[in-house]
Amino acid sequence: MAQIFHRNTNFIARVSLILGILLAGLALSGLLGAVRSPFYTNQNITRDQPIQFSHKHHAGDDGIDCRFCHVGVETSATAGLPPTKTCMNCHSVLFNSSSYLEPVRASYREDKSIEWVRVHRLPDFVYFNHSIHVAKGVGCSTCHGQVNQMPLVFQASTLQMQWCLDCHRNPEAVLRPHDQVFNMDWKAPANQAELGHQLAMTNKIRTTAELTSCSTCHR
Amino acid sequence: MSENEHFDNPLQQYRAHDHAHEHDHAHNGQHAHKQEEEPPEDPTLREYPLDLAAVRQKLQTKTGKQYWRTIEELADDPHFENFLHREFPRQASQWDDSVDRRDFLKLMAASLALAGLSGCGLNQERTNIIPYVKQPEGIVLGRPLFFATVMPFGGDALGLLVESHEGRPTKIEGNPDHPSSLGATDAFAQASVLNLYDPDRAQTPTFVGEIRTWEQFVAAAQAMGAAAKIDGSGGFRILTGIVTSPIVADQVQALLKLNPKAKWHQWEPAVADGTREGAKMAFGRYLNTVYHVDKADVILSLDADFLSNGPGHVRYMKEFYRRRKLDPMADRDGGEEMNRLYVVEPTPSVTGASADHRLPLKAADVGQFARALAGKLGLGGSGTISPAAEKWLNAAVGDLQKHRGSSLVVAGEHQPAEVHALAQAINAALGNVGKTLNYTEPVEANPVNHLESLRELCADMDAGRVDTLVIIGGNPVYDAPHDFDFLSKLKKVSNTVRLGTHFDETSEHCKWNIGESHFLEAWGDARAFDGTVSVIQPLIAPLYHTHSAYEVLAAFGDKPDVTGYDAVRARLQAGNSGADFEKFWRKTLNDGLVANSAFAPLSGVAAKFSAGSLPELKPAGTDELEFIFRPDPSTYDGRFANNGWLQELPKPVTKLTWDNAALVSPATAQKLALGHTVAARGGEHGQIISAVIDIALSGSKVTAAAWILPGQADGVVVLPLGYGRQKAGYTGTNKGFNAYAVRVSSALWTASGGTITKTSQEYPLACTQYHFNMEGRKILSTGTLEEYKKNPAFAREGDEQPPKSETLYKEFAYPGYAWGMAIDLNSCNGCNACVVACVAENNIAVVGKDQVMRGREMHWIRIDRYYKAETPTNDPSTDAGDALANPETFFQPVPCQQCENAPCEQVCPVGATVHSAEGLNDMVYNRCLGTRYCSNNCPYKVRRFNFLRFQDWETPQFKLQRNPEVSVRSRGVMEKCTYCVQRINNARIESEKQNRSIIDGEIVTACEAACPSEAIVFGNANDPNSRVSKLKAQQRNYSILGELNTRPRTTYLAAVRNPNSELERA
Repeated sequence: MAQIFHRNTNFIARVSLILGILLAGLALSGLLGAVRSPFYTNQNITRDQPIQFSHKHHAGDDGIDCRFCHVGVETSATAGLPPTKTCMNCHSVLFNSSSYLEPVRASYREDKSIEWVRVHRLPDFVYFNHSIHVAKGVGCSTCHGQVNQMPLVFQASTLQMQWCLDCHRNPEAVLRPHDQVFNMDWKAPANQAELGHQLAMTNKIRTTAELTSCSTCHR
Repeated sequence: MSENEHFDNPLQQYRAHDHAHEHDHAHNGQHAHKQEEEPPEDPTLREYPLDLAAVRQKLQTKTGKQYWRTIEELADDPHFENFLHREFPRQASQWDDSVDRRDFLKLMAASLALAGLSGCGLNQERTNIIPYVKQPEGIVLGRPLFFATVMPFGGDALGLLVESHEGRPTKIEGNPDHPSSLGATDAFAQASVLNLYDPDRAQTPTFVGEIRTWEQFVAAAQAMGAAAKIDGSGGFRILTGIVTSPIVADQVQALLKLNPKAKWHQWEPAVADGTREGAKMAFGRYLNTVYHVDKADVILSLDADFLSNGPGHVRYMKEFYRRRKLDPMADRDGGEEMNRLYVVEPTPSVTGASADHRLPLKAADVGQFARALAGKLGLGGSGTISPAAEKWLNAAVGDLQKHRGSSLVVAGEHQPAEVHALAQAINAALGNVGKTLNYTEPVEANPVNHLESLRELCADMDAGRVDTLVIIGGNPVYDAPHDFDFLSKLKKVSNTVRLGTHFDETSEHCKWNIGESHFLEAWGDARAFDGTVSVIQPLIAPLYHTHSAYEVLAAFGDKPDVTGYDAVRARLQAGNSGADFEKFWRKTLNDGLVANSAFAPLSGVAAKFSAGSLPELKPAGTDELEFIFRPDPSTYDGRFANNGWLQELPKPVTKLTWDNAALVSPATAQKLALGHTVAARGGEHGQIISAVIDIALSGSKVTAAAWILPGQADGVVVLPLGYGRQKAGYTGTNKGFNAYAVRVSSALWTASGGTITKTSQEYPLACTQYHFNMEGRKILSTGTLEEYKKNPAFAREGDEQPPKSETLYKEFAYPGYAWGMAIDLNSCNGCNACVVACVAENNIAVVGKDQVMRGREMHWIRIDRYYKAETPTNDPSTDAGDALANPETFFQPVPCQQCENAPCEQVCPVGATVHSAEGLNDMVYNRCLGTRYCSNNCPYKVRRFNFLRFQDWETPQFKLQRNPEVSVRSRGVMEKCTYCVQRINNARIESEKQNRSIIDGEIVTACEAACPSEAIVFGNANDPNSRVSKLKAQQRNYSILGELNTRPRTTYLAAVRNPNSELERA
């Protein structure tokens, strides 16, 4: 019987098999990379806001404490955004005729909220509580980055479940003394492993099993 | 109204009888041939007709204690059992609608493709954060606030604490400081928050159908008021329900003063005049009775459902069950003792279900019974009762006499005045006055005989003596006695003004219609059952252009601009001129009541009444049918008809949803050849195809579905009010039948002389008691006090608890908290408050009647109702029918049991249900892809699956109601009780912030908080001193299906009844 296929078909078959597997692998890694990339997570992306509010100016240069505006951070699940009134407490006196701040004055005058664009959006089904993290010694900058150096605020972390779990499995790596929680420039000291362990004891951090139970965050 | 009107819409659901018959034959044929075989899975409708005669036959051959939930269970049909045992049989989700399989697959393919696309969305949706301009004082974003208020209801006001999330009231709890609540609530109060967000509410003032502004109405009202003043003809009338609000009462009186000939009429369709008139008969004037149920050792209820209906019932329930806790740790005198409840009633009520002795009697015979009781106590007079009832009465009388001063006789709201007067005289004779009950001034601002008041109004309207009628609330066109023909008389009135929550049957025929504000929207006040003045504090500005009763009445008066807030303040200020008023006002708002404002008990109230002077009463004929009217446990008098939570709530005793039905006893059903057929399609069951009957009564007719209710007195037909609404809204219109259509003024509560004709039609009813059947050795455990004293551990007798090591899976360690729950079956009377509380707290969807008939209701906690049949011997001469005629009733709430060895967790292929470190079976919605393996493997049948997208995601009002602390589930996701994990987490976070452990009682689950009888206790089972650990340590404690080694965290305390040894069954 005559050969149907030419001899080099074997080679083509092998190459296309290998190429196929390579391509599939590439596509998969591309997909996995994409969902971890800022393209998908919105990490490191600044947003256009109704007022280009600078955290660098307020928190960094002026040294205003986070809690001056984000009042709920120690008591509530959400840190909260300040009402226009908080802005006006200062800006009725400072830069009170700056055209840049007109949207703030308009909001106050017309009793209409400023509609900020959300920067940090947790995935659905997650119930995050700011107050417990702050109380246990997790600093603002651990998740939000050095906001005091951001002219326009962006999301510093991925906010993906993997990122949450990294900490919940090993909170010692990020724990700080209570007086350093709101320090934006805090850097982990050389003996963080030892310090973190000690803080975990004094702050009664729950066991990994408890911290990684699904209902800790999902309900 | 003609009989056909009431079924207008559901008529398509009727089926011709012949058709049903064909199926019967088919089924019976199959039955004969394939007796031994497993019945095949069958996607077509299969039917199981009820055969009462066979049931009786079966009963006679049975011995010992057994529990049953449905009559069919007694019959032991193996096919029927087989399908009951499957929760989600193979074809349960088969598409059997008009769309065929091919089209369905096409649809699915298209939607999958689209779903895939949306899943690939690269960026999350962009959203905004909208902060306040000026943040209100006291608000911390993300933390709810609680405000005290009251819910006015009939002659009572239930004290509430309402949870508010950034201004949205979302959940109602009881106010522990309020005498009518003591921290608990009932199902109506729990569901009332949904009324606020009802999208069908009347939203704006209208005049003959055209939208008007409030200012235009005030101008018109002023003109009407002025005209009435000038001609003084008495043509100005106000019709209200019961008014306990002092400001509204003052207002009406002021209006009557402006126009001395004007009149105030009152009509409350579901509150009987008997209580009021009985007091007048006994004391010569209207008085209010306040019971002290906690002080009573022996209670006799004469058709009184005082634990679930009427003023003070939430408090009475608390007091009653505190005497049934059987706590061996409590101080010795009374710790292991119980009160005893005797109930005489025509139809099983929530109160009757808790009775130690229950005697079914016709409603009219309750009067005879009361006379006989008075006679026995030497008060004169006598009644004609049967020998069996006589024996029962003698035992009860003996018991009452032994407990002089610590007994209590309660007459039922729906009994005539003389029964109430007799009860007052009996209580006086037993020395109970001042001990187990007190008399106070009436709570109602203006107690009148409502029936006579409405009769007078109707006569005057008919005679053209009424120019202006202001109807405040109510719905008289729908609920006035049929013979008054309210509608045709209303049409003779030239100016009609109506304040109503919805544009309903009455609004349709009124010129001016004003939407009524919800009690969470407007200022007001009300008196509680004991006279306590409580402020109705609104939590939200009216959602629509609605107004309160106060505001509408003010529009007619000389001070139309005084707001409700000012009026409430002014009235309180008048009583507190000396004190620091601002301080007093703030305290009043904070507490939800005016301190010490309850009426003082009156002393030396003498009953001017002799039982002997009562006219002779003809005994009710044994063969004659007696029809009785009762408010429905879900819709009450019809006002809750449009509330989906209540419509879907299985009624406490019948477990019917979405419909009312004419209730008859098994014997009466047999006599009238009424039956039903359980229909199953593939395995979906819960559709009970019932006989449809024509009821001809009091010169009118109505068509209703019949329902067989064990425990009902023979010859009694209960017609529940509150259904058959023609204009209730999307949810409530055309549901059930309208019992008001056959209710006339001469027989408001009890009617005779009617006939029942079985029609050839059938009607499907949705009954949940056919769902979620558990099979095992000891699901319910009950005993008597005597048995308990002999062997306190009777509930665990014969228990087979496998050793802890007997498992293939790894043991979990619980070093921290171990959450557990104990449910005292001795305290549960099935009132349903927990079920609605759970729905409100956990954003549980309403699925509708069709889905309930497929067994797809979503309630995370269900209350199973069990009947106990104790047939002594295999003796055909005993009355086996007794098991059907008067079975003992028990209720068992079943939430997720949170097993330590959970069968559900082992079978989930995607890890969507997993064990938490504290022992909860966590449910992770975003992982769940809907295999339903967990549910199939759950022996307790507590998992609920979103077969369709049951949640309404579009209607903006419903979005406002939802609890932001709990995920809203979508289609294809399994869900179940979480032990209110959101409350656990919040309490844990608060405690950890303060560096302490969670205190026992700090976490209260929604069901526990609502429960008026304190039957549900939640806590840390690792702490031996917690309340839950102490309960679990009691010997009555047992786990259901413990033999499966599931080690459930929810355990039960066996129910114990306290029967009188003289009445023990032979």
